[in-house]
Amino acid sequence: MSATPANSKLIKGATGDWEVIIGLEVHAQVNSRAKLFSGASTEFGGAPNTHVSLVDAAMPGMLPVINRECVAQAVRTGLALKAKINRRSVFDRKNYFYPDLPQGYQISQYKSPIVGEGEIQVDLTPEHSIRVGVERLHLEQDAGKSLHDQSPTMSLVDLNRSGVALMEIVSKPDLRSAEEAKAYVGKLRSVLRYVGSCDGDMEKGNLRADVNVSVRRPGDPLNTRCEIKNVNSIRFIGQAIEAEARRQIAVIEDGGVIEQETRLFDPARGETRSMRSKEEAHDYRYFPDPDLLPLELDEEWIDALAAYLPELPDAKKARFIADYGLSAYDATVLVADRETADFFEAAVKHGGAARDPKAVANWIMGDLSASANAQNLPVSEAGLSSAALATLVDLIGEGVISGKIAKDLLVMLLGPDKGADPRALVEARGLRQVTDVGAIERAVEAAIAANPEKAEQAKGKPGMLGWFVGQVMKATGGKANPQAVSDVLKARLGL
Amino acid sequence: MSVDLATVRRIARLARIAISDAEAPALQGELNAILTFVEALEAVDVTGVEPMTSVTPMKLPMRDDVVTDGEIEPQVLANAPLAEDGFFVVPKVVE
Amino acid sequence: MGTALSDLTSLTLAEARDGLKARRFSSRELTEAHLQAMERAKGLNAYVVETPEQALAMAGASDAKLAAGDAGPLEGLPIGVKDLYATNGVHTQACSHILDAFKPTYESTVTANLWRDGAVMLGKLNMDEFAMGSSTETSYYGPAASPWLPPNWSADKARAALVGDKRGLLTPGGSSGGSAAAVAARLCLAATASDTGGSIRQPAAFTGTAGIKPTYGRCSRWGMVAFASSLDQAGPLARTARDCAIMLASMAGHDPKDSTCVDRPVPDYEAAIGASIKGLTIGIPREYRLDGMNPEIEALWRRGADWLSAAGAKVVDVSLPNTRHALPAYYIVAPAEASSNLARYDGVRYGLREPGADIAELYANTRARGFGAEVRRRLMIGTYVLSAGYYDAYYVRAQKIRTLIKRDFETAFADGVDAILTPATPSPAFGIGEKGSADPVEMYLNDVFTVTVNMAGLPGLVAAAGKSAEGLPLGLQLIGRPFDEETLFSLGHAIEEAAGRAPFPEPWWG
Repeated sequence: MSATPANSKLIKGATGDWEVIIGLEVHAQVNSRAKLFSGASTEFGGAPNTHVSLVDAAMPGMLPVINRECVAQAVRTGLALKAKINRRSVFDRKNYFYPDLPQGYQISQYKSPIVGEGEIQVDLTPEHSIRVGVERLHLEQDAGKSLHDQSPTMSLVDLNRSGVALMEIVSKPDLRSAEEAKAYVGKLRSVLRYVGSCDGDMEKGNLRADVNVSVRRPGDPLNTRCEIKNVNSIRFIGQAIEAEARRQIAVIEDGGVIEQETRLFDPARGETRSMRSKEEAHDYRYFPDPDLLPLELDEEWIDALAAYLPELPDAKKARFIADYGLSAYDATVLVADRETADFFEAAVKHGGAARDPKAVANWIMGDLSASANAQNLPVSEAGLSSAALATLVDLIGEGVISGKIAKDLLVMLLGPDKGADPRALVEARGLRQVTDVGAIERAVEAAIAANPEKAEQAKGKPGMLGWFVGQVMKATGGKANPQAVSDVLKARLGL
Repeated sequence: MSVDLATVRRIARLARIAISDAEAPALQGELNAILTFVEALEAVDVTGVEPMTSVTPMKLPMRDDVVTDGEIEPQVLANAPLAEDGFFVVPKVVE
Repeated sequence: MGTALSDLTSLTLAEARDGLKARRFSSRELTEAHLQAMERAKGLNAYVVETPEQALAMAGASDAKLAAGDAGPLEGLPIGVKDLYATNGVHTQACSHILDAFKPTYESTVTANLWRDGAVMLGKLNMDEFAMGSSTETSYYGPAASPWLPPNWSADKARAALVGDKRGLLTPGGSSGGSAAAVAARLCLAATASDTGGSIRQPAAFTGTAGIKPTYGRCSRWGMVAFASSLDQAGPLARTARDCAIMLASMAGHDPKDSTCVDRPVPDYEAAIGASIKGLTIGIPREYRLDGMNPEIEALWRRGADWLSAAGAKVVDVSLPNTRHALPAYYIVAPAEASSNLARYDGVRYGLREPGADIAELYANTRARGFGAEVRRRLMIGTYVLSAGYYDAYYVRAQKIRTLIKRDFETAFADGVDAILTPATPSPAFGIGEKGSADPVEMYLNDVFTVTVNMAGLPGLVAAAGKSAEGLPLGLQLIGRPFDEETLFSLGHAIEEAAGRAPFPEPWWG
């Protein structure tokens, strides 16, 4: 099931080449209103201990009841990963003591997870992808939060997050470089957002990764790995892998041995450091939670969830290439985010008329994305509706405005004229481009007449044409069709 | 199967129960008495037998994804030995 | 007019219910009678907390309902509640120091059902700490004493022992010892109890009362301090099988907050009392005849079979070959689950908190101080049998043996057996301080006849079946098909009738 990775990126050490083996355990917070085993809210923020039920607080006599939607989200995700959905799975208790774990155990899944082996296709470039194997996906509870910096001797415990549903998605150790790992997380995040099972907000901690890294000489068996816990940005995942690989290579080349341990990435120092001492080796004493029964899923229920899965990124990309004639690059960019892809299609298909998909794509990937990024918003929320974008493209296609005018129009539509109808705006502001040849000829003649020396120089220096085009554009208030201006100028200047 | 003192201390550590050096030997004796008692099970033939997963045959019930709970911070903290500004307060975890 | 107060506490639950309905006396009078009896009986240590104000308020409300003709099935009837049930705003500590000062802000489903049906709460009853024990001696509040006098003891001698360490007085059994003592001493009309390995049935047998552990999943466990989740079950303890039936009808029922609680209608259990047992097949399992068995117990068992036979039941031999593995398997499974269930008692969010320089010390000191010796033993055994390297050899193996035990019963039932008759305990009640100090296993052997029932998830009822030669109560156990508590009530009642209802001891205390 796991494909041999096609792309190897060896690291040069002091004594030769090294291969880096990476596996990722991604924790994704499930998109649901209530928690996995309690009816308290999963909403972010909130005053401490307000999104906490008696069950979450582990009061005596409290019992878990599973949230159907969390199970559905795990199944949908498994289906999107082309993975085996286990009809029967078991919830186990993972026992350890920590103040943010009120029960003294976490309800998780150990031997029998809800989802088995699957895979993700990861684009390293728009044309080249690798297949990364997924080992399993299981559901588990998140822990609460401890604040350690409010006092020198005491910690504060907030259980709001305690009991929120997480999906733990474990990859096979198929990744061979920081780039591959970053691309994997990016694609996984995209899939989760497509399915709607996780919003992938790494800043809020809704998606985080434990990164397993080991190194070996190419051809050697696998070496001891270290786990870097709770890395919460894609950028840091890349940095952590590189730092850890370098560290392990240095240790081995110095004659040392890698100890299996848990580490933390320190972004300020750009290095990993050991998290726990050897004595703290945990014995989690997993056993099936006796307050719950094995989870058994109906075929019909799984089929219904499958039927309602949205079109996923890979399929959408293929369709965009086939149906819209987009390049692999353009298709990859557009499908990275489902809302953007939907926005693109809505614009292309608006009003039932077909318009040039490439043109729509360019506007989205160019000026609209620039504006969206500046506002820290997704393209679909930058302020321009898909209908308006469609109209803009139509206006250019009809020759009503030039590309240059369209750029100005876009600025207006994203700013002071937000929500306006582009056609109406063109008329109101008199933005129709001047295509009347007579008017253009008069403007050209005026420009040449005003600048006879330059007109003479233009015969020898073709670059002067651009200057004259600029003059004519200025004289026409920017509304002349630049191509037409250029053509007339060339004729008049004898170029 | 019997446990030595080191194991007794390790189990006490796992269970987060402090035991003094004076208590450990007696506790060791008690635990070994119980382990001797349950040793009889080693002889039972359990080939092909599945471990019991649920005593009463029923399907795991699932609840709707509706917020029905929470917003009870006073109840959550009502019995707290030490609380402040809505948080539980504990001595620091030494990492 | 007026029934004498002491007479009021001598009524059965059913008689009191009928008396209230007929307005022969009020709930207030009935409750006051019990409160007074409790006052006299403080030395028995059956109650760890009394709630007289709440009781009288509830009684007053019940009287209004009775007057309005709006009475619930338990309207106005004063009962006691085992300390492991969460009672809103009232001491709930499972008789452990680690739950020091804990007052829940919530009510257990089972007790909520009782208040819904009009019952009156007299107080919280003594028990072995976290339900771990068979004599109530592990309670943080000290043992409860059985109202039955030890053989040849005078009342004076008994009273003297009461104020001391109670050594030599009879234990009412455990873990629901307080419940059994209170019912037998007429300090409540009935009590809630719980049973994980025999904690309702053994105390019932020791005190000549009736008790039933229903089928696993019949009652909700929500709001009950958990000991061993796959074995714990709520149940009533009362003076007769009929009273138990009345109580169970209110206690039982579906609860969506407990994933292991079944959604099945609750039958009219009382209707089974007095129903004919003609034609029922009663199994006598040969493996319950232990080597060196107490001859009185053996004789009682035979007598019980004869009674049922005389009433028209068919008595047959059955084999439950894995019986002898049940007790050791139980002492793996129960402590394992307990070790995880009791991890939440850590001094952070409620209960006792001992000082510690860091959180690790806080945990270790709190739990060392807060848990008694028996609890500590079981938590350590439980931690051990789940630990790496031992999980398969112990826990998994014990769960496989559990499957075998359940299979034995299923085979017997499939062969046409309707219920199984066994002794309830290997002996009558023993003295406080007599067992367990040298070897913890000695105490565990008390559960030999009862744990099989929890391991298989079946219902088990104990009915008072007579007295030992020394005058101590003896009980018999009936084990039924899943969710067939009705048959057990019919059979239990038949045993009570045949045995004759012996009176409960007159107060020698207070």
